[in-house]
Amino acid sequence: MLHTFVSYVEDRPGVLTRVASLFRRLNINIISVTVGHSERAGLSRMTLVCEASAEAGHRIRASLYKLENVIEVDDIAGAPTVTRELALIKVTATRHNRSAIFELAEVFRARIVDLTAESLMIEMTGVESKIEGLIQVLIDSEHEILEICRSGKMTMRRGHHTSRVLKAMGTGDAEPPEQEAAQEADAEPE
Amino acid sequence: METNTNSLSAAPAMLTGSEILWATLVGEGVTDVFGYPGGAILPAYDALRKFPIRHILVRHEQGAAHMADGYARASGKVGVAIATSGPGATNLVTGIATAMLDSIPMVCITGNVSSKVLGTDAFQEVDITGVTLPVTKHNFLVSRAEEIAPAIRQAFQIAKSGRPGPVLVDITKDAQQATARFDFEAAQPKPYRPHPMLKVETDGLSAAAELIRGAKKPVILAGHGIMQSGAMEQVRALAERAQIPVAMTLLGIGGFPASHPLNLGMMGMHGEAWVNDAIQNADLLIACGMRFDDRVIGTPHTYATKAKKIHIEIDPAEINKNIKVDVALVGDLREVLEQLLPRVSSGKTGQHSGASAWLKSIEASKGESAVRDMKNLPDLGHLYAAHVMHDLWRITGGNAIVATDVGQHQMWEAQYFHHEHPRSLVTSGGLGTMGFALPAAIGAKVACPDKEVWVIAGDGGFQMTAAELATIRQENLKINIAIINNGYLGMVRQWQEFFYDRNYESTPLVSPDFVKLADAHGIAGRAVKTRGELAAAVEEARTHNGPFLLNFLVEQEDSVYPMIPAGSALHEMIRRPGHNPLVETPDDL
Ligand SMILES: Cc1ncc(C[n+]2csc(CCOP(=O)(O)OP(=O)(O)O)c2C)c(N)n1
Ligand SMILES: [Mg+2]
Repeated sequence: MLHTFVSYVEDRPGVLTRVASLFRRLNINIISVTVGHSERAGLSRMTLVCEASAEAGHRIRASLYKLENVIEVDDIAGAPTVTRELALIKVTATRHNRSAIFELAEVFRARIVDLTAESLMIEMTGVESKIEGLIQVLIDSEHEILEICRSGKMTMRRGHHTSRVLKAMGTGDAEPPEQEAAQEADAEPE
Repeated sequence: METNTNSLSAAPAMLTGSEILWATLVGEGVTDVFGYPGGAILPAYDALRKFPIRHILVRHEQGAAHMADGYARASGKVGVAIATSGPGATNLVTGIATAMLDSIPMVCITGNVSSKVLGTDAFQEVDITGVTLPVTKHNFLVSRAEEIAPAIRQAFQIAKSGRPGPVLVDITKDAQQATARFDFEAAQPKPYRPHPMLKVETDGLSAAAELIRGAKKPVILAGHGIMQSGAMEQVRALAERAQIPVAMTLLGIGGFPASHPLNLGMMGMHGEAWVNDAIQNADLLIACGMRFDDRVIGTPHTYATKAKKIHIEIDPAEINKNIKVDVALVGDLREVLEQLLPRVSSGKTGQHSGASAWLKSIEASKGESAVRDMKNLPDLGHLYAAHVMHDLWRITGGNAIVATDVGQHQMWEAQYFHHEHPRSLVTSGGLGTMGFALPAAIGAKVACPDKEVWVIAGDGGFQMTAAELATIRQENLKINIAIINNGYLGMVRQWQEFFYDRNYESTPLVSPDFVKLADAHGIAGRAVKTRGELAAAVEEARTHNGPFLLNFLVEQEDSVYPMIPAGSALHEMIRRPGHNPLVETPDDL
């Protein structure tokens, strides 16, 4: 199954290597990892997605916590979340077929962020399946894709949880407490 | 000198990085370090004489790491090893991995090239924090003098807290040479954060107590955690209160007295048949500070299928890793047992319902294999390794610290040398590192100078680190060495005999005359060829003023029984042949 871990790690040299090395050791492929500053000074927030057996979640989380530079680990496993990915897609486009691509982008609520005589760049934010969908339609409509750049998943639990609250709850083991406030994960973006 | 030392390690002052390094070690209570100098660590060595620290000069950095490891295993203190950059640092790696696999608290300090040339493939530059990342609990690259004290102090905290392990601190040469303000107190690390997934809840404790109360065939599995946590008394109390027999892992040996009537002996690949049978027939296993290693479970799906399992363990990542458990009490073993014990009432009611029937049935299952008559056997001239272990145990009264190497002799030692005390067996379990025994014994002797220390090594493994004989001589350490010389890489030969049609490829071993080798190092020795000479030789070694080496020329094609072939179930073990004379009677014990 797909596992998603959100973790707070110290923002200093070598930390990413330590996290990555753990997965390498377990022979688990990291599907995506996004890292950036968090709301807490000196700590980066990481969303890491990997494919592993259902039972592996506990061991991965426990092992991540054994790394000195890892402060918090949340195993998102099935909890209501908002998950997004950013994609930049460059396709061949001339004045003859540009408008067709504009239409496609409109349907997918993507934006055109760059345009030249021979190509244009689409920016799209959304859940993974929508990005896959856009790419598939571009291919099926025989638009030539020149480049794709994807950020990987970013995930945040729904509801009023700061990371501190989650920590107090002992996240990852328990069901999310506010089921009723939660909507389907990966709901349509605004 | 004294005042100088005090001023260097007490009040805040401006010091060089090198001085800060030693002053911090002194502050952490370090009195002995094992190391080998070189260019990148030379500034540190230059400052050493100002500090009250004994430096043991090794002959190979692997030896330094094993010595620090043996020091830690024998004393419970953090061992310290020091090496220079590049080849010095990489030579430590086997020793660091050995400590990692057995959760040994150790701090390794390496010099590195100056920070200005880091990453340029400068002379003797190796990315040792990169190299050791997977075999250390944590490591640090320090490039400024200000960072030395905080890094070293944090390294000590990490090494000994929670599940212990080795930590490496790599210090650039310019950081050693620069000057900074040293304030030991201010360099104190943040308070230790216990693993956030530790969990000992009332429900779990009640469930565990309930399982213990209801069990008819319980077995305690006693591991290294007993020593690490100092839970000897608590494990004993649990066993006695509920009359539960105790099976030992290799590293658990010593955590529960061998002479205790409830001690079954060692479990696993070379555990006695009755121990493994008891585990397979048990209805409850109480795992105390052990990790269901593949060497003790055979195969996961055939392991103790009838038993409920309680796992008391400090590392949450070990829970349900190899074996699914019913109740997990994730915390320090001693603390958990102290909470559990009041729930296991003593006396008749507290005993699990079938106490005596279960203990009797285990006793009965010993049968032939437990008839051990070694003492009274006629001396046919043959010398078996088991004889050596038995007599070493008998003559030392089981009170020595024994450092074993890896192979057949290691298993025979575990079977025939009966350890009464914690930290009296120093052996590489998880990594199975040949060459471990001699340097580890040096570390143990430095840590415990008043203890009798024996090395028991195979003819193969001894040669991997034999150069440390010179260290023994230079440091004048009274260490006795028993080489179990069977002319083979015996354990590998045994596998070839059992599983590879006796194709003894690359296992026969031509060795130097070990007595002459000792002599060349200024160490006395004697070869022992028959059973008749054994006891006198052991006495000679013990009473000799100085180190002594005994070269025991034992039966060459002897095998360790019982044996669970890799990938088989515990009950599918190859049993001890009935006619095997190498057994002990109760009178022997
Ligand atoms: C460094 C290292 N290399 C290889 C091995 C594999 N190995 C395990 S036991 C053994 C044979 C050991 O022979 P010896 O030291 O003579 O001991 P014996 O088994 O004969 O008692 C070998 C080669 C190992 N454990 N460690
Ligand atoms: Mg041998």
